[in-house]
Amino acid sequence: MSEHATLSDLDAARDNTQSAAAQRESVEVIPAANESGQPAGPDAETLSMQQALNRALSEILEADRKAVVLGEDVGQLGGVFRITDGLQRKFGEARVFDTPLAESGILGMSVGLAMAGYHPIPEVQFDGFAYPAVNQIICQVGRMNYRSRGKLPMPITLRVPSFGGIRAPEHHGESLEALFAHVPGLKVVSPSTPHEAYHLLKFAASRPDPVVFMEPKSRYWQKGPVDTAASGYSPEGARVVREGRHLTLVAWGAMVARCLQVAELAAEDGIDIEVLDLRWLKPIDAEALATSVGKTRRAVVVHEAPLTSGLGAEVAALITERCFGTLKAPVERVTGFDVPYPSGDLEDEYIPDIDRILFGIQRVLEYRRG
Amino acid sequence: MAEIPGSDHAFLADEDLRELYRLMVAVRHLDESAIRWQRQGLIPGYAPELGQEAAQVGSGYALDMTRDFVFPTYREMGVARTVGVDMVEYMSTHKATWHGGLYDPAATRFAPIQAVVAGSVLHAVGWAHAQTLDGTGGAAITYFGDGASSQGDVHEAMNFAAVMKAPVVFFIQNNGWAISVPTERQVAGGSVAARAAGYGIPSLQVDGNDVVAVAEATAAALAHARAGNGPAIVEAMTYRRGPHSTSDDPGRYRTLEAERADAGEDPLQRMRSHLVAKGLADEAFFEEALAAAKAEEERIREGIMALGPRPGREMFDFVYQEPTAALKDQARAWREESEHV
Repeated sequence: MSEHATLSDLDAARDNTQSAAAQRESVEVIPAANESGQPAGPDAETLSMQQALNRALSEILEADRKAVVLGEDVGQLGGVFRITDGLQRKFGEARVFDTPLAESGILGMSVGLAMAGYHPIPEVQFDGFAYPAVNQIICQVGRMNYRSRGKLPMPITLRVPSFGGIRAPEHHGESLEALFAHVPGLKVVSPSTPHEAYHLLKFAASRPDPVVFMEPKSRYWQKGPVDTAASGYSPEGARVVREGRHLTLVAWGAMVARCLQVAELAAEDGIDIEVLDLRWLKPIDAEALATSVGKTRRAVVVHEAPLTSGLGAEVAALITERCFGTLKAPVERVTGFDVPYPSGDLEDEYIPDIDRILFGIQRVLEYRRG
Repeated sequence: MAEIPGSDHAFLADEDLRELYRLMVAVRHLDESAIRWQRQGLIPGYAPELGQEAAQVGSGYALDMTRDFVFPTYREMGVARTVGVDMVEYMSTHKATWHGGLYDPAATRFAPIQAVVAGSVLHAVGWAHAQTLDGTGGAAITYFGDGASSQGDVHEAMNFAAVMKAPVVFFIQNNGWAISVPTERQVAGGSVAARAAGYGIPSLQVDGNDVVAVAEATAAALAHARAGNGPAIVEAMTYRRGPHSTSDDPGRYRTLEAERADAGEDPLQRMRSHLVAKGLADEAFFEEALAAAKAEEERIREGIMALGPRPGREMFDFVYQEPTAALKDQARAWREESEHV
């Protein structure tokens, strides 16, 4: 294939994809270790993301006597997603405790615990339940270090089961990354694989600043290799999941696996796509964007959140600032719509699917300066 | 309402009573001076506490600052002065130098000045729970008013604290007014302390203009919390004699006559009469106390006048412990493009 994909190539790719999308339940597979860009070391185990997060929390509590886990149903039940399963039994009620059902209380209490030298790891049970805590997250968690001139750091790791894809009731599937990324003082990260989940959670919990840790709940039960040793692992910045020459797909959370599927389908038609897992949504690794798009000269950013003022706009601006001279086309955004998150029956219409991502790729590849 | 046992009257000796008066005079004089500073253009704004000296000094005096921690709002100057916060560093917030004040909140055990109404009430619960985990015997005291008691965070804090038996004292200064809205339009039932029964928290409603009563009630509440009995509520009934802030105009919502009728006896006059009646102070003592207050205000005013703006780079320095690359880029651009190179 030459530098530009042909329309027929794309149509063929789309046809393939449509049939693939129709069978998504059966074809959705976790990429093998090599395809997810991660070293499958000799010690790698196969774990689900739920197991990887649980393992990470256990090791954090083991190593850091000041770490405490708190939230709704995180104790005996182990959380509604079982991420904290068994932790209260292992570490006791002082370290892992249930709170009353009030998210502002959970976050406000975490601020006070942090002021007393603790490293709270609060859980907000579902993303939509973070809204009642927004005042504490924005005005307190995000600002206490600033207000106190650095004397009262907020080493809080706020775990938020995030994004859609599980046919849940209203406000059990939201994509809040742009809201949190806009807040000075917060950092935001989202893992895409069990290996990433394990390492990024351990890293986030070791840092002195507050981190909103957005767990892609639709990936909790997908298994993948986790190398807990991974001596060369770098938890900061973005990571190239799949190298390619023609176009960069930028994604995070559950959209990374979907973009890898798209890349495999496009490859059958000679379109060589690079997939960049952004990982950190604040700070965004602008250099990684520039390096990748500087090479591919085309970019599509994919996210589940609504389009307007979504993080895709920030990604597009960062790419444009750094790669304006070499870009072959405007950065395309394939996202959710500017609508409330729909009910389960319409979920697949809302979340970017393989077809819509391929259409976005097609628009970029076909773009001609007018 | 449940009783709080163990009120310890013995902790206030004669010299303590004199010291409470000295503190109230110092606070009153600084408070009135700060309004003048604002009128003179020395500071852009101030939230006076005229009439609340007994509530603030009395409660602050009951604290053990070797192990307790204060969670204030923006109107706790009297508490700050009583527990020994540097008053230039405290008043710097009213000079618009730094939101939370320049004092070190960790070292002074006085949380940064909090402009979010009821914002820090939950923090007190979290901090207090940490004392339970650490077994320090320390207690948190969180200050808020009748207006703030309408916030949902106050409910969540009281419920969390009661469920977890956290050693925290909820200290309400019911001063009759939330800016322009009177308590009866703010607090259903007319009392925040009355809510305590619903949480199973013992409470005391106290004459907030009686500094001795406030100190004793607060000491009893702290003793209750320290003993592992969980939280306590103290509602000090007082009166905001001044405006909400130097931008407020009480004439729009209350008459001078009503103000005088509702304010009750001045807390300083009351303590003065008490000291005289007990033979603990004479005219020379009162003159000395006022002279000391004036000298102190003079030093603080000079400190405030000498206080320049913080270096602009501090906008960037304290956002994170580990600043992001983007923030460093913005700081660099600001340095290059501003006059502060």
